[in-house]
Amino acid sequence: MIEMKGISKTYRVRRREAGLGNAVRSLFSREYTEIPALKSMSFTIPDGQIVGYIGPNGAGKSTTIKILSGILRPDGGMCSVDGLVPWEDRREHVARLGVVFGQRSQLWWDVPVMESFLLLRDIYRVPEGSFRENLERLTGLLDLEDLVRTPARMLSLGQRMRCEIAAALLHGPKVLFLDEPTIGLDAVSKLKVREFILEQNKLCGTTVLLTTHDMQDIDALCSRVLLIGKGQLLLDGDTAQIRAMAGENLSTEESVADLYRRFGI
Amino acid sequence: MGKYWSFFKMRLMAGLQYRAAALAGMSTQFVWGAMEILLYRAFWLEHPERFPMGMEALSNYIWLQQAFLTLFAMWNWETEILESVKTGTVSYELLRPTDIYGMWMARSVANRFARAALRMVPVIVVSSLLPAPYGLRLPASPAAFGLFLLSSALMVLVVCAYSLFVYALTFYLTDPNGIMVLSVAAADLLGGAVVPLPFLPDGFRQFAALTPFGSMQNVPLRLFSGDIPLSEAPAVMGLQVFWITVLISGGYLLTRNGLRRAVILGG
Repeated sequence: MIEMKGISKTYRVRRREAGLGNAVRSLFSREYTEIPALKSMSFTIPDGQIVGYIGPNGAGKSTTIKILSGILRPDGGMCSVDGLVPWEDRREHVARLGVVFGQRSQLWWDVPVMESFLLLRDIYRVPEGSFRENLERLTGLLDLEDLVRTPARMLSLGQRMRCEIAAALLHGPKVLFLDEPTIGLDAVSKLKVREFILEQNKLCGTTVLLTTHDMQDIDALCSRVLLIGKGQLLLDGDTAQIRAMAGENLSTEESVADLYRRFGI
Repeated sequence: MGKYWSFFKMRLMAGLQYRAAALAGMSTQFVWGAMEILLYRAFWLEHPERFPMGMEALSNYIWLQQAFLTLFAMWNWETEILESVKTGTVSYELLRPTDIYGMWMARSVANRFARAALRMVPVIVVSSLLPAPYGLRLPASPAAFGLFLLSSALMVLVVCAYSLFVYALTFYLTDPNGIMVLSVAAADLLGGAVVPLPFLPDGFRQFAALTPFGSMQNVPLRLFSGDIPLSEAPAVMGLQVFWITVLISGGYLLTRNGLRRAVILGG
């Protein structure tokens, strides 16, 4: 179970006007602007749910994911994932967690994907038996037979993303965070990734938190949607509710933009 | 320990792929070694009695230095680590249930081993075919060889612990370039990379040997041919252990605090 209660996070950003004079002045006194990324964010996600986390750029989606993954410490509030506080019990917490950042790779660039898998096995101390089992299942479902012998840098984006997802699941995590997992993928790869996420959720009861800008992802995967804007939770409901608000054509850009406008974000 | 060994293996494998770089490096090292030998030979022929090292010991020093260059060269930074700290992506390493310092250490050691493994054999073979006193000869004694191996292992730890200290400093600096350039220059001069320490003037020489840079290549390369006598081995190797302890504990603390800061500020 994932619980967030009154989590807030403010970034301090250094600002100055352009120009030499201002550059010299900033040597002596620096001006900071406080940018609130999250303002008292609260929600609860029970085990086994697939939750879509949506909102415009800068809404605080990534900040939330980072806090829940234990790589960012909030300024205030309480948070626990299966009874652990992510940033305090980091090592124990991340051992039960799988994360895929669509914009980043966790595979080692220059070696065949299989080598990365084996290293992950050692890092997470996955017993050989369950490693083989997971690997076989993931390879079959995601079509990886040929890919695992290829160096990661030679894979296409779609191929790499499938390997990334497999890499995040080798240790059989209870909770999976996906940060824009279908970004930049073609139609076939998108369908494959979605199909797999559903399969994984059904078979292993994995809890999935998914951020995306692609409403088709939400439509196809999520039973529940959290809409956030300007660091606040604006709507917590099922996909049908969102669809009702956005009009039937949730998947079109216009209706989503319209939805965001309605909430003034 | 198992996972750090796996990081080591992974980096080693990745490093072994760069054949072209190894080939280019190797030819540079032959030419460089030969030029150095020719240069020192000119001085040696002039006044053999005023030479602070035997010509044979010096040739051993130079050829071993060329063979194992990437094992201890200060400029052989692990750029991936530096980049990850500079850009803040290091915080993503926290997604793994590992200690980051341990992982960095395993990677740095492996990186140096991989690069050296590809180059050392040809340099050792060819240089041992050269005529005396300009070629590579056997170590002074079996004991000297044993100490050479042991102090080489210590040297790798000193070099890596120093590098990790610099990487950790990057958490606190906008740009680590200054400290890196300074480190390379200091290691060149004080570590016996440009000129072996016995050739440095009195006073300065002893100072250089006491710095962490003096605990790098200076120790094993001179133990090999007996230029540092066996009786002095405990002292110089003790100093190596001292620097390893200082640099690892300092680097570890800096890394821990640096990461905490990154986690608070947001990578």
